[in-house]
Amino acid sequence: MTVSQVNSFRTGPDERGHFGIYGGRFVAETLMPLILELEKAYNEAKADPAYQKEMDHYLAHYVGRPSPLYFAERLTEKFGGAKIYLKREDLNHTGAHKVNNVTGQIMLAKRMGKKRIIAETGAGMHGVATATLCAKFGLPCIVYMGAVDVERQQPNVLRMKMLGAEVRAVESGSKTLKDAMNEALRDWVTNVADTFYCIGTVAGPHPYPAMVRDFQCIIGKETREQMMAAEGRLPDSLVACIGGGSNAMGLFHPFLDDRSVEIYGVEAAGHGIPSGQHAASVAGGRPGVLHGNRTYLLMDPDGQIIEAHSISAGLDYPGIGPEHAWLNDMGRVKFLSATDDEAVAAFQLCSQLEGIIPALEPAHALARVFELAPQKPKDHLMVVNLSGRGDKDLASVEAFLESKKK
Amino acid sequence: MSTRIEARFAALKAEGRAALVTFTMSGDPDCATSLALAKALPKAGADVIELGMPFTDPMADGPAIQAAGVRALKGGQTLIKTLALVREFRKDNDTTPIVLMGYYNPIYIYGVDKFLVDAKDAGVDGLIVVDLPPEEDVELCLPALKAGLNFIRLATPTTDDKRLPTVLNNTSGFVYYVSITGITGSAAPDAGKVAAAVGRIKRHTKLPVAVGFGVRNAESARAIAAGADGVVVGSALVDVLRANLDTNGKAGPNLVKAVTDLVSDIAQGVRSAKRVAAE
Repeated sequence: MTVSQVNSFRTGPDERGHFGIYGGRFVAETLMPLILELEKAYNEAKADPAYQKEMDHYLAHYVGRPSPLYFAERLTEKFGGAKIYLKREDLNHTGAHKVNNVTGQIMLAKRMGKKRIIAETGAGMHGVATATLCAKFGLPCIVYMGAVDVERQQPNVLRMKMLGAEVRAVESGSKTLKDAMNEALRDWVTNVADTFYCIGTVAGPHPYPAMVRDFQCIIGKETREQMMAAEGRLPDSLVACIGGGSNAMGLFHPFLDDRSVEIYGVEAAGHGIPSGQHAASVAGGRPGVLHGNRTYLLMDPDGQIIEAHSISAGLDYPGIGPEHAWLNDMGRVKFLSATDDEAVAAFQLCSQLEGIIPALEPAHALARVFELAPQKPKDHLMVVNLSGRGDKDLASVEAFLESKKK
Repeated sequence: MSTRIEARFAALKAEGRAALVTFTMSGDPDCATSLALAKALPKAGADVIELGMPFTDPMADGPAIQAAGVRALKGGQTLIKTLALVREFRKDNDTTPIVLMGYYNPIYIYGVDKFLVDAKDAGVDGLIVVDLPPEEDVELCLPALKAGLNFIRLATPTTDDKRLPTVLNNTSGFVYYVSITGITGSAAPDAGKVAAAVGRIKRHTKLPVAVGFGVRNAESARAIAAGADGVVVGSALVDVLRANLDTNGKAGPNLVKAVTDLVSDIAQGVRSAKRVAAE
């Protein structure tokens, strides 16, 4: 696909929350006044230097930013092509990029006088980040998590509980991230007066996709500066995994108008796209409406949502952020996918060659990096977003490898 | 052009009583049973029939209606079959209004223009689409009005006086006042507060106001009917339906009778209400 000729890819959304045909505000009337209030409060906060200053303070001293941009020498050597750099979001406090967004939202919730925080979580990293900031600011926190994910991400469930959050296992539907989001929305509809819904990805009704993106853009902004310092120029390509797509959007967005930078998003192909058991909504879905926005979704011919599959709980979602859907259609971001098998192989290789155990989510991005890097010249600078650490996934990977032996 | 909905509310206003609006899920637990139930509802006292269009991700529904949707989808229900059900119903009932209620995605995937033509042709009178607020009117609301279907909007306790005109603009047929903030099947509303809220809405519109969420029996229906133009009952009917499924989840022999018995009972409540609703 050729890249469309527009002046800028960074001006969206419009005032109604649309990125092209995607995005919007598809919510029940009960929630509509709340998201209008949120939009207003966010716009005010964004324009307030004091809010920005406080956030910078916590990001530096509590989260530990900036995260390093690390030259992965042995991976580079192994593949013999592009210089591979890892943006180390796994080194943030709580172990993933999720905390960037949560810090912004919890400070906004405080500003709005909200007394109760709810969140959905898949792999549990967003839940842990939310529970962490709630502990720090003394706010009660309820995290909705699919029962299947509670089972496969036990370490994070224990962390959330230790931090004082209540984890509610969701038994409806596919019992994964999509259902956790349904349940969080039901909670919000019920507790409108005092509750702030802290969404973990660049999806949901406007203003969430734009707001979460803004909070995550620190990843890309730092990467720009760090690459300039290390190599004296911009990177040639960016690679990130995409479930809802917040780590990817955070890395990509500051580079969207640098046309020389190739951008790759990697979806979870599960057992393979042809199997139908995957979570690749761009590769295997089409535009529909769910969770407050229009975007690519996995659906049957009647418009019913199909359960996604991925070994990675964080990518196990049948949709994608609306801005990603638009960037796909515009040809600015190229969407690829990686299977469970490929992700686990990349998980092992990164651990063994770099001494860095990545989360299964960015292991999907690494799987495609290992294919892309050898095709590039040695002076090609490739950045992959190492969006989180893999401690939480050790049991899943172990079980996966055991099942393969049989 | 008056729709069946408008004609029905006008006739009941002349009679001096509130309408009973029933909600059941189309295809729950199977298509034939839900058709038989729909056909039996008017005789039991339903004045307006709301039929749910099942969706995998009903974000505003409580456990009872979520489960009804799951049963319907397991039974193979689709939007095509729901429209066929309405067409079948219309063969021997040309007066009871039918409102389809659900979420946008199945309609969007069916194709909005084609859906409106097919729905109108099947005998559908109005639509309630939970996840289409006024901000998204260009999607379905405006085309539906153009196609001659009523677009019924939900107003909630969070819809304040400033927002009400936005919500009521482009609403037609009736206004569905959701009497509590929460999901379907939640706690009972306070009848006094409901009457006050209906009064508030009526200061902004001439449309009839039906009240739903939390109505479970004749008594609560009577209390609500005293202060509203219509009473919506849904989760209570779905609960009775579920209680009449056999161990395999199939319709038991008394299912239709059990549900219509409750409808008759609630209809008595609605009809015996002492109306205080000021016009």
